[in-house]
This record gives sequence, C-alpha cells and structure tokens, in this order.
Amino acid sequence: MRYVDEYRDPELAKGVAARIAAEVDAARHYRFMEFCGGHTHAISRYGVEDMLPRNVAMIHGPGCPVCVLPVGRIDDAIRLASDPRVTLCTYADLMRVPASRGASLLKARAAGADIRMVYSTLDALRIAEAEPEREVVFLAIGFETTTPPTALAIKQAKAKALRNFSVFCNHVLTPVAMRAILAGESDEATALDGIVGPAHVSTVIGARPYEFVANEYGKPVVISGFEPLDVMQSILMLVRQINEGRCAVENQYVRAVTHDGNARAQREMDDVFELQESFEWRGLGMVPHSALRLAEAFAAFDAEKRFGIHTVAAADNPACECGAILRGAKKPTDCKLFGTLCSPETPMGSCMVSSEGSCAAHYAYGRFRDRSRARMERAAS
Amino acid sequence: MCLAIPAQVMELLGDGMARIDMGGVSKAISVALVDDVAVGDFVVVHVGYALSRIDADEAERTLALLREAAAMETPS
Amino acid sequence: MKPVRRKLDTRNGRVDLSHGSGGRAMAQLIADIFHDAFDNDWLRRNDDQATLDAQEGRLVMTTDGYVVSPLFFPGGDIGSLSVHGTINDIAMAGATPKYLSASFIIEEGFALGDLKRIAQSMGDASRAAGVPIVTGDTKVVERGKADGVFISTAGVGVLPDGLSLSSDGARPGDAVLVSGSMGDHGVAIMSRRENLEFGVEILSDSAALHGLTAAMIGAAGGALRVMRDPTRGGLAAALNEIAHQSNVGFTINEELIPVKPQVAAACEFLGLDPLYVANEGKLMAICAPQATETLLNAMRAHPLGREAALIGHVVEDERNFVEMTTRFGGGRIVDWLSGEQLPRIC
Repeated sequence: MRYVDEYRDPELAKGVAARIAAEVDAARHYRFMEFCGGHTHAISRYGVEDMLPRNVAMIHGPGCPVCVLPVGRIDDAIRLASDPRVTLCTYADLMRVPASRGASLLKARAAGADIRMVYSTLDALRIAEAEPEREVVFLAIGFETTTPPTALAIKQAKAKALRNFSVFCNHVLTPVAMRAILAGESDEATALDGIVGPAHVSTVIGARPYEFVANEYGKPVVISGFEPLDVMQSILMLVRQINEGRCAVENQYVRAVTHDGNARAQREMDDVFELQESFEWRGLGMVPHSALRLAEAFAAFDAEKRFGIHTVAAADNPACECGAILRGAKKPTDCKLFGTLCSPETPMGSCMVSSEGSCAAHYAYGRFRDRSRARMERAAS
Repeated sequence: MCLAIPAQVMELLGDGMARIDMGGVSKAISVALVDDVAVGDFVVVHVGYALSRIDADEAERTLALLREAAAMETPS
Repeated sequence: MKPVRRKLDTRNGRVDLSHGSGGRAMAQLIADIFHDAFDNDWLRRNDDQATLDAQEGRLVMTTDGYVVSPLFFPGGDIGSLSVHGTINDIAMAGATPKYLSASFIIEEGFALGDLKRIAQSMGDASRAAGVPIVTGDTKVVERGKADGVFISTAGVGVLPDGLSLSSDGARPGDAVLVSGSMGDHGVAIMSRRENLEFGVEILSDSAALHGLTAAMIGAAGGALRVMRDPTRGGLAAALNEIAHQSNVGFTINEELIPVKPQVAAACEFLGLDPLYVANEGKLMAICAPQATETLLNAMRAHPLGREAALIGHVVEDERNFVEMTTRFGGGRIVDWLSGEQLPRIC
C-alpha cells in the first residue's frame, strides 16, 4: 500500500536503528513518552523497542481514549443502553471496557440492551433514520481526530431534523492532557526527556498547540506518523535535539500535518462543541478544560440533557496502578495486578483493556522483550 | 489512538462523499472535512472520514531523510 | 383419488411452523429440498438413521455447528462451509472422511428459495468431496429464536492403523508449514458486514482439505506430527493451542507467512491482524525437520496447497510462547486473541 509499505522497510529500519545507536550519548538515559496509543501499538506490533539502544526508554502515554475514559462514564453508557427505548451505537473498542461491579457494554448487551457496534458516525445516523421509533444514542469518545466526525454527524442530524438521534459526548483534548502530565512531574528520575507527538490528532489541530511543551517545560516534541519508521525517525530527531541542547516542536509527519492543522475540521468542532469546566480522566483525575460538550445551539442532540445523565464518579480498583502508568511514573510490571488478576481476558484497569493500553501492549508484546533481554544478559554474564 | 490509513480518492460521489481505494479495497467515505478534495488525491481516513490530504512531495522528503540517516551508518 | 400434490414454492414461499410439525408439509420440505439436493442411497430409504458398513481401522468422529452471518458470502455460503468444515475436522486427524450428517434449525419465515440454495450448495460440496450426507434432521423455530438457519453436522472418518496425529505431537526442531494465504475467509465475511468492496473480490477460502491431507500423509507418513485447520482465532490461536498441548514454543517469521495484499489492506483498514482472522480452507502442519522439503513439495503439487510455505520452527519453551520476527525486523509475541476480533478505531 502506498504511504504505508515504504515506512515499514526493514532494511531502512536497520540503518536508522544503527544511526540512533551511533548518535545516543552512552553516558545518559533518554526517556521519551509516545503520547498516542497508535505509537504504542506500532512500537509493540513491529518490535521497535528491540531496535533501540538500551538507554532509550519508551514510556507509553495516555493517548488512548478507551484507556482514559473513567468508569463513571461507562456506567452512564450502560445505564443509557439499559433504557428500553435506547439503541446505543459505539465504536467496538469500548465493548469490553470494565465498568463498576464487573459490568461492561458487552455484558449489558448480553443482558438484552440494544447496543450496536459501528465503524462510523455515519452508520449511527443511518440507524437513526432507518429506525425512527428508536432513540439512537452515539457514544462519542476520542481526541481531536474523532471529534470532527462527531461534529459533522450532529450538524447533519440537525439539518435532517432527526429527533431520535443524540450524542453522549466524551471527547477530550490532547494538549491539555499533555500539560497535565508535564505539570504533574515531580520526580527527577521519572521525568520525561521528550515527547513523540500525536499523528492524526495533529492532522486536525496542527503542530502549533504543542509549543508550550518546548516554551514552558523546556522539552522537545516531535510530531510523528504511526508507521514504525516514522516512530524511529522521530526518536532520532528527539535524540538529536537533546544532544544539541535544543527543545523545539518538530514535525516528522510533514506529509499529513501542517503547522496550523485542518482549519475546516477545527471550525466544525468549534461550531458544535464548547469546553467543559472539568472532566475526569482515568489516571489523571479531574483535569480542567480538558473535554468538550455540545454547545447550546445543539443542546437538543445532547444525550446527557435528553436523558438526564448525572455522572457519579466511580473508583478504580485501589491496587490498580493505571494512573501512575498512564503518567509514565510506573511501568506495567510495577503493578501488583499485572499479569495475575489483571490480564487481557480479565482486565481490571483501563491500561489492559485497549490493545493500545500500555499494560495490554506489554502483556501481548513486551514480555518478549523482557525475555530476550534476560537471555542476552545471561549470555553476557 | 486513531487508527487511520492513507487511501486514494477514486471518485467524488457528491454530498461530501467519495469512493476511496486503499490497496485494492474500496469504500465510500466522507470527505466533508477536507477542502477541495480531488480525484487522485491521497487522504488520511479515520472512522469513515478523510482528515487531511497527504502531500506527495513531503512524503518523498521524509523518505529521503530516512534513507540519508540509514546510509550514514555503513554496516560493518 | 390421489390428491394433487402442490409443488413447494421456492420462488416466494417461506418456511412456516408447519414445516417442522412432522406432517405433510415437513415431508415435502425434506423431499423437495434436502433429498433432492443430497440424493444418495441412504437418504432414499427414508429412515431416521443410516446404516453404514463397518470400517477397517479406527473410527474418527466430529461434530460442528454453523451460525455464520451473512449466510451467503463471497466464495461460499453456510451450506458448503458446513460440509468443508466437518470434513476438515476429520482430515486434520489424518483420517479419510466417509459420512456426514446435517441437522437444520430454521427460523420461521426463512425464504424457501434461500434454503434450497443452501441445500444445493451443501449437496454440491458433498458430491465434489465424495463424502455423502447420509442422515439429517429439520426443526423450525419461531421467528426471532434463530438467525435464518443454523446447521449442525457430524462426520465420521477412518484412520488407518499406524498413523497418529495429535496436537501434543510437536517436538523442538520440527518445521511449521501452512498450506496457503491466511485470513481470506474472515476478511471475506467481515468486508461484507462493513461494506468494503474489492477491486479483485476476496473470496472465502472454504474448501475440503482431505485430498491435500491424503497427499501429505502419502509423502511424509510418520514424519508428519500435527495438522490443524486454523479456523476461528486464525493461525495465532492454532499455534498457541499446539504450543500448550505439546508443551513447546514456536518461532515464526512474519515475512514467510502468505497473506494476500488485499486481505492485508482490509485488515489495516479494520484494525485487524491477519494472523487472528479465520480460515476455512487452509491448514497448518508440523513435521519432523528432515521431511520438510518432501512435505512442502507434496503440498505445492496439490491445487489447495500451491502457496504452501515454511513459516517457522518448534522450539523448546516452558512458557509456550509463540515468538515472531516481524517483517520490520523486530520481535514480538503472538498471543492468544483476547475477546472477539472486532474492528477497532484505535
């Protein structure tokens, strides 16, 4: 596939890996957070970490909307779906996310709720049109990538005067979350040296919104594509910035991301949504101005208003370390539940649910690395 | 987050929709979020919507940089 | 006076509760649709069972249920799939499939034309495979209590003395082979559900593999250790199951695993991994290292094994990991699939 295969070339990968190895300063450690789950996935799936020098550590960030959605909101979605009038449309990713008391959308569906997996907001609109007797609620999640499609769907519903369509909005904002992580850093040892910045979120918002990371926190950001060579090139760019004592927002994903982003998509978001005062993130807690809700002009399509939803915060398992893991302060293996009580089959925490969650990624792929490292160390000693 | 893949616009279907092709797989998607999409353009597709256009020159420049970095280290 | 026998209306007619009631309507349904499609000596006797000749060697028996949606998909339908799947379960033991049974659970309102089409396709598949459907059953359930039609089957085969294939037979050093491209069936089904279209249509690989397995046994004999058809859960599930049952590990190489470009593209689009996607006409085989070439050549000489490939080896591993060198050059574990393989956005 064009614009895919070129960026997965194993020969180039070897060369770039050698370049990174040649340029890193052996006397120091590099701790980079890849913010997005998409990067986490690419790193795990293609085995990128195997190709990095030992003193380059990749920290898996909170850029997975499934992982950061708090339990209380999933509880709300399940309550909504249990209303016999409601057809709840959701991206399949959310089906297995654990809610309170062992519930999930998958289990709610088994118990009789009308929950349908859709690929696109367009599918949800189609269902609303085809089944006018049903209250069709779209469970909207995601960062600035998924938000413009929701905005367009709401506008279309308004244009078509669809009375049975509404949106349960859980759209969250990337730069605010990034700031929350950087502002929360207290420990020198776990401080980040740089950030691999979002790919597709940045196609919408552009490179500009990350400037505060360089200006206020003195850390480099490289916006990176999601193919494995993109990630490796971005790591090389970060290493170079650090070695040269620079910190700037650089763009590796220039083929799809511009400085100012997609103005059209930004306009659609601005038209339909407004900032919420505060929103709870799994792992980060309440973060001010970090999420969107439907603007007054579209209030008729707001499922929270239509169904009178009042979210009650629900606690995670107290032993679950998802919060510290999402912030990069702890590794999956630091959590007592990891691989024992919490596994991809029976996820306790959010990081284990999505295949992009850092625990799931480590469980599925990372263990290989631990093992091959252990083997190498045995061979060396 | 944000599984999105590059695809080529094959046909404009009107009403903000287009038929795209990715590696021999084709689907109707919305191009309403990207200005002035034309047949032949490559776009990044996410949840049934094109999010941005792919700039062929920039893509080539990125590859050139990758090749350059890879070539700097002559394998021993 | 003989009453006028009305023909079953397979153009506009639908299955109703009378077709399952044991009366004339049911007799007519069975005669006009099933016997017509499966026709053989056993069915012509109109008994509730089939009397079969005792066989030399050991008997191999399997049972299977088919609930696929959509019922008709590119490259096949639930009918041919049920014949192929049952035959393959027997063939993977190294046995020769001999007889099949089929039981239908039909939802009230199901179009008689579709039922006929499914039965014809089953009959064709069974004749092509040389394995007759010798007995069957029909039930009709109220609307909403089934999804169109469900088929459950049983199959009987014979295993010659001296041959023993089972999932605990893999030994470190053995070679791992697949008979062709992975993921075709699952992608053909999923693309229909997700409204994907293909330049060159991806067809389900649904096929009966007993001819191929016979050729493999003929070529490799006792050097053949395990055969498995990687259906639900795909190649990844099959490898993980055998790793546990044989208490070994695997190292495989992604580059060597055949996947059609369009299947790969559809998987990219839906966020799926072809290693986890179902196959219905492919097998994976494990053999002693010295037999690898012979077996590969025998597979490639058969029409259903033309793209056969060596994809890796069995290794000693108390943790039973399936490790893969990625096409990109890195390493990863190919774990069991967690939950259902669902299209994802992130």
